[in-house]
Amino acid sequence: MSSPIRVLIAKVGLDGHDRGVKVVARILRDAGMDVIYTGLHRSSEDVVNAAIQEDVDVIGVSMLSGAHMTHFPRILNLLKEKDAADIIVIGGGVIPDADAATLKNMGVADLFLQDTPPDTIVNSVRTLVEARGKR
Amino acid sequence: MIPSLDLIPGVLAGRQRDVARLITRAEAGDDECRPAMTALYQHTGKAHIIGITGVPGSGKSTLVKALATAARQMGRRIGIVAIDPSSPFSGGAIMGDRIRMNDLSGDPGVFIRSMATRGSLGGLCRAALDAVDVLDAAGYDLIIIETVGVGQDEVEVVRASHTTLVVSAPGLGDDIQAIKAGILEIADIHVVSKCDKPDAQRTIGDLKTMLMLDMPRDPNWMPPVVGTSAESGKGIDELLKTIQTHHNYLHQSGRIQDRLRMIAESRILKTAEELVRRRFVRHQAGHFIAQVAQRQLSPYQAAQQLLGE
Ligand SMILES: Nc1nc2c(ncn2[C@@H]2O[C@H](COP(=O)(O)OP(=O)(O)O)[C@@H](O)[C@H]2O)c(=O)[nH]1
Ligand SMILES: [Mg+2]
Repeated sequence: MSSPIRVLIAKVGLDGHDRGVKVVARILRDAGMDVIYTGLHRSSEDVVNAAIQEDVDVIGVSMLSGAHMTHFPRILNLLKEKDAADIIVIGGGVIPDADAATLKNMGVADLFLQDTPPDTIVNSVRTLVEARGKR
Repeated sequence: MIPSLDLIPGVLAGRQRDVARLITRAEAGDDECRPAMTALYQHTGKAHIIGITGVPGSGKSTLVKALATAARQMGRRIGIVAIDPSSPFSGGAIMGDRIRMNDLSGDPGVFIRSMATRGSLGGLCRAALDAVDVLDAAGYDLIIIETVGVGQDEVEVVRASHTTLVVSAPGLGDDIQAIKAGILEIADIHVVSKCDKPDAQRTIGDLKTMLMLDMPRDPNWMPPVVGTSAESGKGIDELLKTIQTHHNYLHQSGRIQDRLRMIAESRILKTAEELVRRRFVRHQAGHFIAQVAQRQLSPYQAAQQLLGE
């Protein structure tokens, strides 16, 4: 029996808005996924530790505060250090195109702008997890 | 894919990645992980397992964090299984218990795992206790299961612990919510959380009055009422002591044997139920369903054949 896709949703950085991540959490839940929401102001370390314990397929990080160029690389590096690079990292928020390209090169699997339609997010998560295969 | 049997050395060494991976497979009930879970079972039975239940918002997750923090200072290693309901519509879940436990996340002596009830598929009790086995084998010696006190499945999970805490809180309506939910009777210890709030004393009073009317499950253990405030830290050490006192009571009185047998019985039944359900889904369903629907077999006959009787 196959288990549902597990996704950790985290809000990294200083800004205090969590409406966006909560909407994404609901979208993924309504698509049948198990979503672990860890709340506001998480550090990259918190996110990676939690993702490992929860054995999630995907980490979804939301960032509005502009610190994406520090947090995403840190998360990717920590995952590598902890032998957990099979966990897929996606992101959302306000990220300029040039940065988005750089982040994708670094290994962020997909990035969503704020008005991305629900289906696009769900399909991306499903496709990424399927492509990675069973682990 | 790493075979589950190969995860065992890592689990026994407490490697979080391996612990987490095996819990995922155990939760799903994969056939592939069964031999590994069987091998691991020999390494379990060392942890003190605490079940915490109470209505949503009563302060369970916050209390778990406070208890875990205090127990860490005494050198205990803490495993936490936090259960949240799945959506009956999509089968998915949003699990938010970690929000209250974030301060624990950097500590290698704490392992927190969220689990969804998985709605009608059942098997929650089986899955949660398998997860507890993995944590137990990995050396977490105090394991806390948090679950919302509604629904048969969830109540069964906390009943399958050594020490059951029922959490009530002031400000959630006039009555003691646990009475309404019918979970008052399962408590070994009653906790009234949020004791920093002004009406907490009344909640404690109401609860004590109710308890005087009840016959305790065990005449030698009157479930005590402990007031706590996760905000000020008041009552947390007392609660930890009370939990230890209950643990000592179980062992000195020999009642632990009854508990362990009850838990074993429940686990065998739950696991068997799930095996039957899976067999039904996998192989024979269509065949039997049609025959019973067309009155060629009675439901009883079909069930007998399914079980190979
Ligand atoms: N004042 C006060 N509020 C508390 C205390 N413990 C929990 N809360 C609050 O009660 C709400 C629900 O807490 P939570 O731990 O998530 O409850 P759960 O649903 O039972 O797990 C949150 O807003 C907490 O901040 C406490 O000791 N004092
Ligand atoms: Mg909770």
